[in-house]
Amino acid sequence: MAESDNIVVETAEKIFADLADPQTINNDKKGTWRAPLWQALSEAGLPLSWVPDELGGSGASLADGFALLNAAGRFAVAVPLAETMLAGWLLARAKITSPEGEMTVLPASPNDRIAIDADGTLSGRARGVPFAKTAKHFAVLAQGKDGISIALIEASKARIESGLNVGYDQSDTVTLDKVQPVTIKTAPDAVDQTTLMLMGGVARSLQIAGALESMLDISVRYSNERVAFEKKISKFQAVQHNLARLAGESAAALAAATSAADAIANAKSFNDEIYLEAAAAKIRCAEAAEKGGGIAHQVHGAIGFTMEHILHRYSLRALAWRDDFGSESYWAVELGKLVASRGADELWPLVASR
Amino acid sequence: MTAALRFDPIRLPEKCEQLRKEVRAFLAEEIAAGTFDPHKPNREDTDVPEFSRKVGARGWLGMTWPKKYGGQERSFLERYVVTEEMRVANAPTRRFFVADRQSGPVLLKYAPEHIKMEILPRICRGEICFAIGMSEPNSGSDLFAAKTRATKTDGGYLINGTKIWTSSAHIADYMIAIFRTSPPTKENRRHGLTQFLVRMKQPGIKVNPIGQITGQYEFNEVVFTDHFIPDDHVLGEVDGAWKQATSELAYERSGPERFLETYYVLTELVRAVGPNPDTRSAEGIGRLVAQLHTMRRMSVSVAGMLQAGKEPVVEASIVKDIGTVWEQQLPHRVRDLAAFVEETATNRETLERQLDFAIKTAPKLTIQGGTTEVLRGIIARGLGLR
Repeated sequence: MAESDNIVVETAEKIFADLADPQTINNDKKGTWRAPLWQALSEAGLPLSWVPDELGGSGASLADGFALLNAAGRFAVAVPLAETMLAGWLLARAKITSPEGEMTVLPASPNDRIAIDADGTLSGRARGVPFAKTAKHFAVLAQGKDGISIALIEASKARIESGLNVGYDQSDTVTLDKVQPVTIKTAPDAVDQTTLMLMGGVARSLQIAGALESMLDISVRYSNERVAFEKKISKFQAVQHNLARLAGESAAALAAATSAADAIANAKSFNDEIYLEAAAAKIRCAEAAEKGGGIAHQVHGAIGFTMEHILHRYSLRALAWRDDFGSESYWAVELGKLVASRGADELWPLVASR
Repeated sequence: MTAALRFDPIRLPEKCEQLRKEVRAFLAEEIAAGTFDPHKPNREDTDVPEFSRKVGARGWLGMTWPKKYGGQERSFLERYVVTEEMRVANAPTRRFFVADRQSGPVLLKYAPEHIKMEILPRICRGEICFAIGMSEPNSGSDLFAAKTRATKTDGGYLINGTKIWTSSAHIADYMIAIFRTSPPTKENRRHGLTQFLVRMKQPGIKVNPIGQITGQYEFNEVVFTDHFIPDDHVLGEVDGAWKQATSELAYERSGPERFLETYYVLTELVRAVGPNPDTRSAEGIGRLVAQLHTMRRMSVSVAGMLQAGKEPVVEASIVKDIGTVWEQQLPHRVRDLAAFVEETATNRETLERQLDFAIKTAPKLTIQGGTTEVLRGIIARGLGLR
């Protein structure tokens, strides 16, 4: 939401406004903005929001952390804030202390697996890992023959093939070949690959919703400034109706993402209802990224297609975020299977359960 | 930020879940008793007065109204639960739906006390049916072009002119209508219309049913010829109806009926594909359910804002825009997905029959109660574009 009502979000918004202004970042071709931004976020304890004090974090609630991610989306923040938060959250599930510095999580895709070998080392390949190249440590969800474990490993022990997602952020392939973890502990029952994907998916949903809020904002502003055919383009009904649809997509993304965040923040376990909330958020936000982002570009015309303009910082990142932690197609299939297995007469009770 | 749209994640309170169980049990009893068939949505033109009275007897009509008028003083969120359960069950709500949602609240706000005491308890008992007299032959979306005249006479007004597309006028006991009491002014073209309570069974009113493309007769032309309305039936300010219309829109536009109108085809599709759908069906169903869930969360959020005394007019318009476009497309998406359903699916015939009706119903959904174009205009105004 535009107005913040918690201290975590207020702190973050101040830092973003000072050090992550999209126009300033867009003009800075050398990336000199990154280090001061990360330092300020770290000093405020934000990357380890979801890590309790005794494990090295700042112990914010799940709800505050989700609100922080929504704010990060509004600024299209391109440092591994969400990734470090997720990694810290995962490590904290197994009571593993979070180290300082940037982290990310493995795997970041539902079908990738990291295995625990007989000698206790980790092997496997994870694709599309956000900010693996920048991260100092990885939080890993690993499958052993005795069940699931959570591990902390040093990034330097992994082989990393660099890549960029459609939003020009790092999206790398990480290969582990008998990597000795710094720490490894058995995961609690409630945490598995699906839980991690749903958490990651909701984080991305909130970021997409935030990006759409900003796209709506700058599109409305631009339409009220740009003159064509001797009037502001905001006065053309075709443009008004496009912007109304963008508002609808932005609203749908925000509603779906904040609902899922609220559901998880208040959940005792990841049951079918939480699954619906989280999967639906990722699906609907991804759809909104496509439809809403498309309208924002249409309203801006050619100027929005330039590297000089900030629109792509939101639009392309929102599109890229669709792919992380399971695409909308993946979640739609999984949700569809869940609905079908419950049966037709159990669909409405599921939808109306909250 | 220019657009501070709010959709807080409001949850239905615990007491709603008890109510939901009661409503479901009641509907199951009525279905078992043969009052209505949940698999047959195509009975819009059938009128079930007995069902209406039973719903009233349960205290589920005028739920949010003061007790002295027969209401229950319950919350909008409780009313929301009753509305969505009835809609999903395809219950025959036509007789009471408009009165409960819209007409009652207008009377509560603008009618004189003796009329409130006379009529509101009867709505709560499910005895009477309301229609809404807005559109005219040359005045649809452009509400303020209405020409049907209310001419001052001794003790009241004489009405002459025609309303059209008036749902349920053929069964309605009352109508809340806008009539022209003065010409529009240069400064304000919305000036000059007044809201009235009309007693439909009085002389000077002729109702002519109009056939719809679904094959049903659900809306009507209503012709007024020197129909007399007494002074105390004026609702609100003479010539000032335009000031009264907007806040009601949030109630009218954001309810579950704005995305559940064709929901039944989705249920039948899930039944038809069975417990192990192929990837294509699973993906299609998953997307539709995600979209449905999102709209419901938005709609509940608006209901929560209404309960908190806010007027989320723009948010409500967004719910209706997205909701009605979705429910309009739903039968077509379900048809796509059903194309490869096994011939042997046990409910195949039911699904086909429902699709046939839903596809015929679909075009009206983005027209009735505020067209998509009007809604997007309201949203654009909320964004500061006009």
